[in-house]
Amino acid sequence: MDLNKLFKAMVIAIPLFALGACSSTSESETDASSSTSSTSGQTSGEYANGGVETGGVAPVLSPVEQQKLKEQELRRENIIYFDFDRSEVQTENAEILQAHGNYLVEHPNVKVLIEGHADERGTPEYNIALGERRAKAIAKYLQSMGVQPSQMSIVSYGEEKPLDFSRSEGGFAKNRRGVLVY
Amino acid sequence: MKILVKWCVFALVIITTPVRAALDIVITEGIDAARPVAIVPFVWQGQGPVPASISDVVVSDLARSGTFKPLDTRALPQQNIANVAQFNVQQWHGIESEALVVGSVKPYGVDQYLVKFELIDLVKAQLEATKGPASKDSYLLENRETVISANQFRQYSHRISDIVYEKLTGIRGAFLTRIAYVVVNHEAKSPYQLMISDYDGFNEQMLLRSPEPLMSPAWSPDGRRLAYVSFENRKAEIFVQDIYSQQRTKVSSFNGINGAPTFSPDGKKLAVTLSKDGQPEIYVIDIDTKVSQRVTNHYAIDTEPSWFPDGKSLLFTSERGGRPQIYKVNLQTNKVSRMTFEGEWNLGGSITPDGRSLIFVNRTNGRYHIARMDLATRYMQVLSSTQLDESPSVAPNGTMVIYGTTYKNQQVLAAVSMDGRFKARLPVGKGAVKSPAWSPFL
Repeated sequence: MDLNKLFKAMVIAIPLFALGACSSTSESETDASSSTSSTSGQTSGEYANGGVETGGVAPVLSPVEQQKLKEQELRRENIIYFDFDRSEVQTENAEILQAHGNYLVEHPNVKVLIEGHADERGTPEYNIALGERRAKAIAKYLQSMGVQPSQMSIVSYGEEKPLDFSRSEGGFAKNRRGVLVY
Repeated sequence: MKILVKWCVFALVIITTPVRAALDIVITEGIDAARPVAIVPFVWQGQGPVPASISDVVVSDLARSGTFKPLDTRALPQQNIANVAQFNVQQWHGIESEALVVGSVKPYGVDQYLVKFELIDLVKAQLEATKGPASKDSYLLENRETVISANQFRQYSHRISDIVYEKLTGIRGAFLTRIAYVVVNHEAKSPYQLMISDYDGFNEQMLLRSPEPLMSPAWSPDGRRLAYVSFENRKAEIFVQDIYSQQRTKVSSFNGINGAPTFSPDGKKLAVTLSKDGQPEIYVIDIDTKVSQRVTNHYAIDTEPSWFPDGKSLLFTSERGGRPQIYKVNLQTNKVSRMTFEGEWNLGGSITPDGRSLIFVNRTNGRYHIARMDLATRYMQVLSSTQLDESPSVAPNGTMVIYGTTYKNQQVLAAVSMDGRFKARLPVGKGAVKSPAWSPFL
């Protein structure tokens, strides 16, 4: 009677252990294959180079070209931060928004999605409203520079997509943001 | 042989572990004030092992109510009694407990069981024992018998808890209810999940999984449908989903915010927040016709609508006074009046089922807690003492509030009794758990 029960337990338990073993094997296999491919990539690169190195000088740029290069650099920054429970665009973000605005004015076919986010304090639905107000503040700022409203769309994620999960003052500050997505 | 038996036990533990509920409750405060009650393990009158323990469920239900403190079953003077006839009051002398639950389970045909239970007034029995022999039936507060199938053990155990709770407190029990909530696991490919479970975390079921955020689940008054916000199409949209048939209906997909849905008491309409006309405003949408009617009109944020039980007015959060506070709007006259004045912020309000109190999130000195305000006296009491509290949802019997909070830097669910004395936490395995919504009576 007892032995019978034991066998029943084993019948269930053994395949469970077997399953566990299977999954761990397949994981290690993926690791191995990915590391092999990266090594082979490096090797081919070295052969193609033939051990030669090149050098050069910076081109002479006109002031317009210099400005363009600077703005290109600034556009890599696509996050605008906000103060707690506020949705005014801060002056320190003016340069970044200027770069994005000029680019959008010059390229009227380019569209941008402006995401609004909030930190985790307050209620989720209030934060959706706050996130939308931040995204709209950015849109209004860009519009005042001549960006067409048809080039911009808005979505508020409130506190649903934090960047920083620490729930510290610093973390909250990183999460109160607008993001420009091209 | 001994080793084999040990191994067998070990194997069984491994097999049974995943069956344990994901939401395991930890009572953090309030056991001292609870009333002692005795629950004797139900007598099994069949062959082989007991299919499931009814008394275990009743014990944990009554403990979780915050009102009762079930006595340790091993310390009870009489075990193995199924009814009042087998109850011997002499043996229960000196046991401090107002009542005693006894019962039995008997096989009753294929996959069917006859469950009997009796609720004995122990205080009355102890008093009358001093006066000499009396009819034992006079101690009986309640006795019932029902035939259940094998998969109904937990459900019927909650039903017994409901009956015992109501007999002893005069308040309907809310043990046969469900909760809906959102689980977020950022490591998963599709991180956002809308879940439902029994009120105690058992029988957890996924209703929807999405790569984009899911928010604000709200129950229909019949407990059959859930309204929620989904960003699956890269914008906020409101859906209504039947929890049995899985049928989904998109109710609102305007430009901008489509948020904060709550069902009207008749289940035909949703109060929502839309920003299609500029700022976030409160609207009422007819679920069948999709016709929307604007309720508020102000340049400040208006959101988080919630119905009064009579369906004639809505509560909502507005920052028209400079900071978020809770207001009331009459749906016939559109007249707006301010409800909250204490503290820096008050938001996310709802009215208790008896219509007497307002439950909301209060911010005082930068801290966010769940608070209750008596509507008649305007007296406000902060109920919770956890961190970053949000999304309060009241049990259908109005005795408990479940809410989202942060514990050890993780989003978890917690519960607090309406008087703030009983506090419990519902920790989870993987991911953040938030936006709880307590179902109506099932």
